Amino acid sequence: MYAFDIERPETIAEAVAALGGEAQALGGGQTLIPTLKARLASPDKLVSLSSISEMQGIRLEGRDLWIGGATVHADVANDGTYAALSDLAAHIGDPAVRNRGTIGGSIANNDPAACYPAAALGSGATIVTNTREIAADDFFQGMFDTALNEEEIITAVKFPIPEVANYQKFVQPASRFALVGVFVAKYADGVRVAVTGASNEGVHRWSAAEDALSSNFSAGALDGLSVPSGNMIADLHGSPDYRAHLVKVMTGRAVAQAS
Amino acid sequence: MTNVTMTINGKAVSGEVEGNTLLSSFLRDDQRLTGTHIGCDTSQCGACLVHVNGRAVKSCTMFAAEADGAEVATIEGQANADGSLNVIQQAFQDHHGLQCGFCTPGMVMTTAALLKDNPKPTEAEVRAYLEGNICRCTGYHNIVKAIMAASGQDVSAIAAE
Repeated sequence: MYAFDIERPETIAEAVAALGGEAQALGGGQTLIPTLKARLASPDKLVSLSSISEMQGIRLEGRDLWIGGATVHADVANDGTYAALSDLAAHIGDPAVRNRGTIGGSIANNDPAACYPAAALGSGATIVTNTREIAADDFFQGMFDTALNEEEIITAVKFPIPEVANYQKFVQPASRFALVGVFVAKYADGVRVAVTGASNEGVHRWSAAEDALSSNFSAGALDGLSVPSGNMIADLHGSPDYRAHLVKVMTGRAVAQAS
Repeated sequence: MTNVTMTINGKAVSGEVEGNTLLSSFLRDDQRLTGTHIGCDTSQCGACLVHVNGRAVKSCTMFAAEADGAEVATIEGQANADGSLNVIQQAFQDHHGLQCGFCTPGMVMTTAALLKDNPKPTEAEVRAYLEGNICRCTGYHNIVKAIMAASGQDVSAIAAE
């Protein structure tokens, strides 16, 4: 690693004041620290968000589940209020990673194979920052790209709790990230389907499946659909056609198991 | 340089660290607690696993400065007060849950974390919990057996395949 300083602010305001220049926010570090070790990033200062109590915790706010941006995966896994979300969190990484990695860090990084972006997009979540609230539909802008500005911190994520939902992850056997993951959530006003791991565009919605499932919420509703493979990721773990096929299979499984 | 203070295995310690000093480096190089092993240094293998404020974490993927004020538990604090092996360590010995021993500190600390939350895990739960601990010798069967035994369960039916 290159040399850098670490600050541990205790409020959002202090954290924002500490950012700027070549400073970088540090969530749980489960992606950023390996990145620093590989010298793929060279901040002159890390601003650790893990001591900010106003960014911790999980609570109901009206119909939304509010999750502080610095909340670790293990706490979301143990919460259970939004069962599909807790189940997703319980299968990120391994137990030690889940004790450090945070929801804000995952969503800010927007890894194209990460799980949380699928939950946020699939739930129509709201990303809360120190300056504004951003709809998930506007937040995720492509692989590792988001609507976040420099010096903007995800302070919380608000999830509308659906009638039923499920996340199905086809695990890439080496990294254990999603080779393809599909989050399906059924709300009173329709069904949302978000796909991670599959596309060069990063996390995205499968609108044809949403339309079909909104009128008939059953795996059979997907029968006539096919997923275009044109923008799917090609690597040694799977071809674009294979990933496109998996999107439909995993969507069907998610619908069948939604609860 | 920053001064950090933490409790390690019940003892208050302090030291000077750089911003990029990993907790694993602080434990090994500064505190000379070399029982915490560095296997992969990429948060895959779990040999560096310790407890921070009661939670299992990979000490190679946390900065020492982030542990300022924390309670840290390492393998050096696991034995009984008289120096004899604790229940988990003894089960690993009894059931041949190690060969070269390099992964074992992490395996023992992971087991302690598991059994604290789930005192009687099923075999499937044990295997799932070991996702972040890699052993290149044993093939895991005897590790699973040792963990089941450490939880006080009958392991006679678990075959050493």
